[in-house]
Amino acid sequence: MASLSLNINNRTHTVDVDPQMPLLWVIRDFAGLKGTKFGCGISQCGACMVHVDGTAVPSCQLPVSAVANRKITTIEGLSENMEHPLQITWIREQVPQCGYCHTGQIMSAAALLNQNPNPTDMDIDTAMQGNICRCGTYQRIRSAIHSAAKLMKQPIS
Amino acid sequence: MEHATSINRRNFIRVTGITGAAFMLGLNPVKSSGVSAILNLSGKSGVFNLTPYIIIEKSGRITIMNPKPEMGQGTYQSVPALIAEELEVSPEAIIVKQTSGEKEFGRQSAGGSSSIRGNYFQLRKIGASARMMLQEAAAGVWKVPVSECYADNARIIHKPTGKSLGYGDLVEAASAMSVPENPVLKDAKDFKILGKSSPRLDIPLKVSGKAIFGIDAEVPGMLFASIEHSPVFGSQLVSYDDKESLKIPGVQKVVKTERVMGKNRYDCVAVVADNYWAAFQGRKALKLQWNHNGFDKFNTKDYEQTLRDLSKSEGFIVHDEGDFDKVFADSRVKLDAFYETPVVSHSAMEPINCLAHWRDDGKVEVWASSQGASLIKSELSEVLNIPEDNIIPHILFNGGAFGRRLKSDFASEAALISKAVGKPVKVIWTREDDTQLGPFRPMTFSAMKGALSPDGKLIALQHKVISPSMSATVNAKYDRSKADDSMVEGISEQQYEIPNMKNAYVFSEIHIPMAPWRAVTSTTLAFSHECFIDELAGLAKKDPLQFRLDMMTKESDAKRVLLRIREFSGWDKPLKEGWGRGVAQFEFFAGLAAHVVEVSKQTDNSIRIEKVYAVIDLGTVVNPDNVKAQVEGAIVMGITAATKEGIIFENGMSKQTNFHNNPVLRIHEMPRVEVLILAEGGTVIKGVGEPGLPPVAPALCNAVFAATGKRIRRLPFDLNNV
Repeated sequence: MASLSLNINNRTHTVDVDPQMPLLWVIRDFAGLKGTKFGCGISQCGACMVHVDGTAVPSCQLPVSAVANRKITTIEGLSENMEHPLQITWIREQVPQCGYCHTGQIMSAAALLNQNPNPTDMDIDTAMQGNICRCGTYQRIRSAIHSAAKLMKQPIS
Repeated sequence: MEHATSINRRNFIRVTGITGAAFMLGLNPVKSSGVSAILNLSGKSGVFNLTPYIIIEKSGRITIMNPKPEMGQGTYQSVPALIAEELEVSPEAIIVKQTSGEKEFGRQSAGGSSSIRGNYFQLRKIGASARMMLQEAAAGVWKVPVSECYADNARIIHKPTGKSLGYGDLVEAASAMSVPENPVLKDAKDFKILGKSSPRLDIPLKVSGKAIFGIDAEVPGMLFASIEHSPVFGSQLVSYDDKESLKIPGVQKVVKTERVMGKNRYDCVAVVADNYWAAFQGRKALKLQWNHNGFDKFNTKDYEQTLRDLSKSEGFIVHDEGDFDKVFADSRVKLDAFYETPVVSHSAMEPINCLAHWRDDGKVEVWASSQGASLIKSELSEVLNIPEDNIIPHILFNGGAFGRRLKSDFASEAALISKAVGKPVKVIWTREDDTQLGPFRPMTFSAMKGALSPDGKLIALQHKVISPSMSATVNAKYDRSKADDSMVEGISEQQYEIPNMKNAYVFSEIHIPMAPWRAVTSTTLAFSHECFIDELAGLAKKDPLQFRLDMMTKESDAKRVLLRIREFSGWDKPLKEGWGRGVAQFEFFAGLAAHVVEVSKQTDNSIRIEKVYAVIDLGTVVNPDNVKAQVEGAIVMGITAATKEGIIFENGMSKQTNFHNNPVLRIHEMPRVEVLILAEGGTVIKGVGEPGLPPVAPALCNAVFAATGKRIRRLPFDLNNV
């Protein structure tokens, strides 16, 4: 066990856990943030996607000790009140069905738009390939990312 | 907008603060003349003991109870919308609460695409009854004729004067009114919600991380469990050594227990800890000895040969029309073909999990992603041998279900562990558990025969299904002396006018648990049926769509759907060089859809799925955008099942374990999809969640044939290597 200091969504959490515990379980069970989901445990599905220093990373295999003192952002920290352009377009275009994978989808998409504000379909396909959606919402994901990219260029009316 | 699901975590399961007079309407579970009677339950007992569909408080707050679990199909919006429309309240102004299996609501489960088609009129009547009682109450207050009063936006308005009262002000008086025997439903042209694309109320929760799924449920003092099951079905636990497990910090107890799946009882060992990771580490440290009883010899390859051998037996005749044997024997132009499909997993994104608390008072409380509170109550009552009244399920958002969560094996499993440790326990299966432990969609093999008349008409058809029975794998009372109708689903109900038809079912034993998967057996039988129809069209040298229409001289929904897909997909327009298109339709208990798939042959000879056109026939539509989403999703699931690995058993267990070797479609493989909804009235309302799936595989394979000249008779097939 080790006492670790974590910066999650700009708040400091001090946790006393097995340093090998994946970040996912620390976020869910120790920081109490349930928006990050367990899907596969082997970084294959993207349900557990978070940002570490702005980069999208699956958290289900990442030992918590590796991210102490780094800036971790979860879906709860993406925006104050669902005003991130992706959250706006995700609602506007009614993207989720069961919704379980979509917090991870949005975290991957947010990292993409940070790096590439004008993604093509192919850019989206490449960046979002690590996120599985069993309900099959891919067509809407693609469209909502394009719409969010446009929204980011104009002031919100 | 306020939602039960956004309430403080600690209290989210409790009915929150319903105070003062509340007005409630419910369904009488005792059915009279086939239709549930509507009861006014107000004042019959304390507010918290009865929770019927509509609760209106003096404050004006309106709660609508939703008996249909939300698993992605949109019932969190569409089901309350039926009531809200007639009650004249805005969906944004209501609270939606999931029912917990209370008797007042009758059977509460979601499956078979039945939530709307099964409740369309009944739930509207409940809304209309409440509206009429509120109108009458207002008329009484104002001493005016009730005909001068109308409802709008949660108020009753007196038309001549324009004065109005909110529902909250009328609750008390309305609750004293008798329930109208024949509530007047609104005319469809006056609908404000139904038939319009309405935003789903669960979506804001799902994009902000606030939606509470089963896996997110928490109660004070709860522990976590990870369970080691044998991936070989039928193994018995000989011994286990938990010394190393108990050394892991956080591990509290190791419990030998069992998982019950119908008639099957599987030994397993649960490691219980104060956090999930510790439980999982403890589980990995277990040393178990299993006796596989020879079940580790089972493999798919041999079993498939058994099915092929069984195809020679006659089986049970399930449909016999004309004289198939004679006409087939006498025909000169005829065809035989054998089709094979795989076992597949449900693989919902939310792995199987459940929080259960076997309380000191003998009651079992369960928080779960489940397809039905009623299902949990009945299954747990049987497995745990306690009365249904002692089982209290709380149904949370399902992270996908697809038929898997019709079963409650995970809930009884969690309850037994909770009993053993005396605390609430949350069980979380790994993805490997979820993939390997079933139940699975069964494979079906189909022996097809067809004969054409000299002028190229289909005059004789036989579809013989050879497969395990889902029911037989779980039901100890399965009757082997007759056919399992669910395994021949739809094959005798297509609208093709074929004068001689003889369909059959050949049963095959299997010891592995099988269960409905989205669109059940139609997902595999549509493939064999509609690909074979295509092969016969080829034999007749006819256009595949025209060949189908030629067999439909009478008006039918299926004919209408085929005519519309022809137009919608531009079927008669030429395609680019190297492209091919295929069509398929399938009608079954859940509904009806037809698809056209367009594929292209790439320079490396691989096949790319370019576009899917879908027409779904509903009769009546509640939320068009949600219907489109459901069909888009069904198409993705159908492509996965047709082109990805599926489940292969070797050494008695599923070789597939996780998404790396049990892949599902990813975004770069997503074709463009266009959906057309037919909502042209009619007496029968058809389902939404499933009908978009069965036509996918046959339309795709028929398109591959059009592009390459190669017939696909076995699923899955590899798009990169046709």
